[in-house]
Amino acid sequence: MDFYRQHILSIVAFWPLAGMFVLLLINKENKTLIRWWANLVVFSGFVVSLPLWFWFDRDSSDKMQFVEKFTWIQSIGADFHVGIDGITLLLILLTTFLGPLAVLSSWSAIENRTKEYYAFMLMLQTGMLGVFISLDFFMFYVFWEVMLVPMYFLIGVWGGPRRLYAAIKFFLYTLVGSVLLLLGILALYFIYPSIAAQHPDLAAQFGTTPTFNVLAFHAMAQYLPYNFQWWVFLAFFVGFAIKVPMFPFHTWLPDAHVEAPTAGSVILAGVLLKMGTYGFLRFSLPILPEGTKHFVPMMVALAIIAIVYGALVAMMQPDMKKLVAYSSVSHMGFVMLGMFALNPNGLNGSIIQQINHGISTGALFLIVGMIYERRHTREIAQFGGISNVMPVFAIVFLIMTMSSIGLPLLNGFIGEFAIVMGALQENLWWAVFAGSGIVLGAAYMLWLYQRTMLGKIENPANEKLLDLNFRELVTIVPLIIVAFWIGLYPAPFFAVLDKPVNKIVAKVRPDFFQGAPRLNAGNGDAR
Amino acid sequence: MPQFFQTIGLQDIGAIVPELELAVFGMFLLIFDLLIKEKRKIGYIALLGIGVSALFLFRLRGVGYLAYGGVLRLDPFSIFFKGIFLIAAALSIAISLRYLDIERENHGEYYALILFATMGMMFMAGAVDLVTLYIGLETMAIATYILVGFLRSNQRSNEASLKYFLLGAFSSGILLYGMSLLYGISGSTQFVDIADALSRRPLTDPISLMAMITLAAGMFFKIAAVPFHQWTPDAYEGAPTSVTAFMSVAVKAASFAMMVRVFMVAILPLRPQWVVVMAAVSVMTMTVGNIAAITQSNVKRLLAYSSISHAGYILIGFIAGNDTGLTAVALYLLIYTFTNIGAWAVIVALRRKDIIGEHIDDMAGLFFRHPSAAVLMLIFLLSLAGIPPTAGFIAKYYLFAAAIETHHNLLAVIAVLNAAVSLYFYFRIVVSMFMRDATERTGLTSAPGLTIAMGVAIVVTLVIGIYPDPFIAVARQAGAGILGF
Repeated sequence: MDFYRQHILSIVAFWPLAGMFVLLLINKENKTLIRWWANLVVFSGFVVSLPLWFWFDRDSSDKMQFVEKFTWIQSIGADFHVGIDGITLLLILLTTFLGPLAVLSSWSAIENRTKEYYAFMLMLQTGMLGVFISLDFFMFYVFWEVMLVPMYFLIGVWGGPRRLYAAIKFFLYTLVGSVLLLLGILALYFIYPSIAAQHPDLAAQFGTTPTFNVLAFHAMAQYLPYNFQWWVFLAFFVGFAIKVPMFPFHTWLPDAHVEAPTAGSVILAGVLLKMGTYGFLRFSLPILPEGTKHFVPMMVALAIIAIVYGALVAMMQPDMKKLVAYSSVSHMGFVMLGMFALNPNGLNGSIIQQINHGISTGALFLIVGMIYERRHTREIAQFGGISNVMPVFAIVFLIMTMSSIGLPLLNGFIGEFAIVMGALQENLWWAVFAGSGIVLGAAYMLWLYQRTMLGKIENPANEKLLDLNFRELVTIVPLIIVAFWIGLYPAPFFAVLDKPVNKIVAKVRPDFFQGAPRLNAGNGDAR
Repeated sequence: MPQFFQTIGLQDIGAIVPELELAVFGMFLLIFDLLIKEKRKIGYIALLGIGVSALFLFRLRGVGYLAYGGVLRLDPFSIFFKGIFLIAAALSIAISLRYLDIERENHGEYYALILFATMGMMFMAGAVDLVTLYIGLETMAIATYILVGFLRSNQRSNEASLKYFLLGAFSSGILLYGMSLLYGISGSTQFVDIADALSRRPLTDPISLMAMITLAAGMFFKIAAVPFHQWTPDAYEGAPTSVTAFMSVAVKAASFAMMVRVFMVAILPLRPQWVVVMAAVSVMTMTVGNIAAITQSNVKRLLAYSSISHAGYILIGFIAGNDTGLTAVALYLLIYTFTNIGAWAVIVALRRKDIIGEHIDDMAGLFFRHPSAAVLMLIFLLSLAGIPPTAGFIAKYYLFAAAIETHHNLLAVIAVLNAAVSLYFYFRIVVSMFMRDATERTGLTSAPGLTIAMGVAIVVTLVIGIYPDPFIAVARQAGAGILGF
């Protein structure tokens, strides 16, 4: 047990990978065994990760916990260094929670090349968990890139008709972002010794040799020159913004989502996009506070454009999956807006909204996948009156629609409310635009629901549709439960977020807790 | 240094034992060729010769010695590169054994020529004297010209050989012209004296500049840097695939070793001048190489252009010019040797009795016929593109780190964007292998030599990718050893 407790993060992260190696030994013709095994691995992976929630020390949720650190590549000072705080605790549990649902949802959808499919899913799971637990920037980068390969194959092999185009577009977009990110990381790596040489406190704690230690970078933040921060922020921005994706880097997302198989979309929307926002949260804000403040107007503007533009485009989509994909762009705009309000409300909301988006959008992609498996089309015009033949499905869909548009009692409301509060604290107009985004969101989601589910069945092809089976219920009900949980009693979530969020705010705006002035964005006061 | 040579007072001989051994073996191979009917056995003997040479080389590790009155240096740098050449030669021979049978051109001379070329390279890596350097270079080059044209009855091979020979001879001439100017300036052929003489002259001295430009042009030709790269796709495509593999790693590594000696020692005083030229060439080389590779549908040509772009990346190490930069050059060439030979091994295997197997479509659905070969190829391609956790990422990381450390930020940005572009064409092969249906042309030759070569390449590619520490240490020692012992 002690061993487990000390190495829990490594175990959680490499569990799926270990499962993958076993999976490779199974004969590829034995599809049933492969399916059972893959489901078992991810489900047990979730169980293995659960103790994190109970063992996590909430009184020091802003400190890194469950830390493990070994030397990895001594010659460049890269370590195997993992640990989580309150923010990553939630993201990790989201990942291990969505993983089994996504894998389970593929049970009947993936008929050919089953073995490779599950191998890539498991590999992807390890890659994502690795990103969230890494406290060493080099290691972070390795996981960040490793993950692209399985995702590429998931889209490229099991995707829709334009899968090859979508897959390579996804890969290239993200790769361009990540290589620039790498340069930013290297810039930090090389500036560290010169800064540590001037500041004995830094040197005493983290040494004077170049390092990739994220905590050292956090400590170094206050000494970084403004110009340097400006450039590194830009490099990070490209890397993370493509992943989020922020307007105008979002164009890969609809393609990837539409072509990806359902489980791929769930993981993509549920977890992969969070890696971009997580990057901003963990690296850009605390390491580059001055750069962050300088770029607030740009970031907020892009976030607001994403909110409104994403919603408007979503409204016009004839394809359900594309609609949900564009709604993602809009929702991620909310996340970014909340984050760059740079106050506790906004940041809390932003993180909760990341979790919500994982739940709601993940669920919506599952829902679209379910109907697609039955009809092999996602065109909205093909449907109508589905609630008559699939009543359970209609209820599930309704709940997730409500969750997505932020109806009180459900999860979406909590996040959006906190974000709008945070935005309002800074600037009335930000809140106005955010509010308009909520209205538009309600419009396109409800309209979608009305067109597909309500009314009479007009298309004879829809008359014989079967309602959800047990397996499908099992994939969707956990999401509904969590949606209600966050909506009705979000306190446990805020309890782990408050401290880390306050720490970030204190880092970026040291004056915030002394009288809470409005953010003087963009004047570059350290210049 | 082995004790034996020291006691008899022949340290100089002792310093070149690995080279001598190769030369002797090469000549014996020519004699055996008359006696042995089954030519594959000659290949085995050649492998043995390389093994023995590697053993001698291993015994010289850690030795620092200036041989023959200061024309040859035995230092970690030269030993590192000699090791690379021997590895590359051994792997090339391993992938040639069956291939030459299929091409019906299995002759003993082939293996002898590879040994001679390798011997030339080993002298290039150790030379700190213009004459020695040039003789090493020509020994390598002449053997390679013949190897390129080794498919006597194949028109493309002949054409490639002639093209390569003409342009190669021309570039050697230019190189020689630069060398003669250096000799004129310094009155010596040794790098140290040349550096000394150059440092006494103003930076803008026209004769120094002329010498630098001609020298650089000759070298850029040898490493196939833009705008001196046009011979590469033709030569790489026309040459027997196993020779292409040999050229793309060994010949390239030797040319870079020579370049390090010349640029980082002999004409180091002119660094402010050549760094500008090199930056421009580096940017052009990686960009042109990558963009041209995008449209290729012949795999050999595609990898030829990819190898051009890799030369562009490696030049970054020279531009950085510090310890990190030189370590990066050494490390990159080591990693590139294994990864690239691995990739070429797969392409060699595509050649079967009646199928040339050079087109990207010939790899369609390879995964369904030969899953392990396809997965290996995928890993080699990821490594070439620089995606972790493969060795290629460590190699690229080191180069980019060198660029950022020396504040060549714009260069670093261009380089990383190029690396991203390169993924596109490498993945055209991946798409073909994994996402197309197999045709009746899909298939691979299997031979023990090929399997072993691929196995070695993949193990090293993954080991360096996951635990690069010892390899970085060796490369760093080599890079730092260029100046002191």
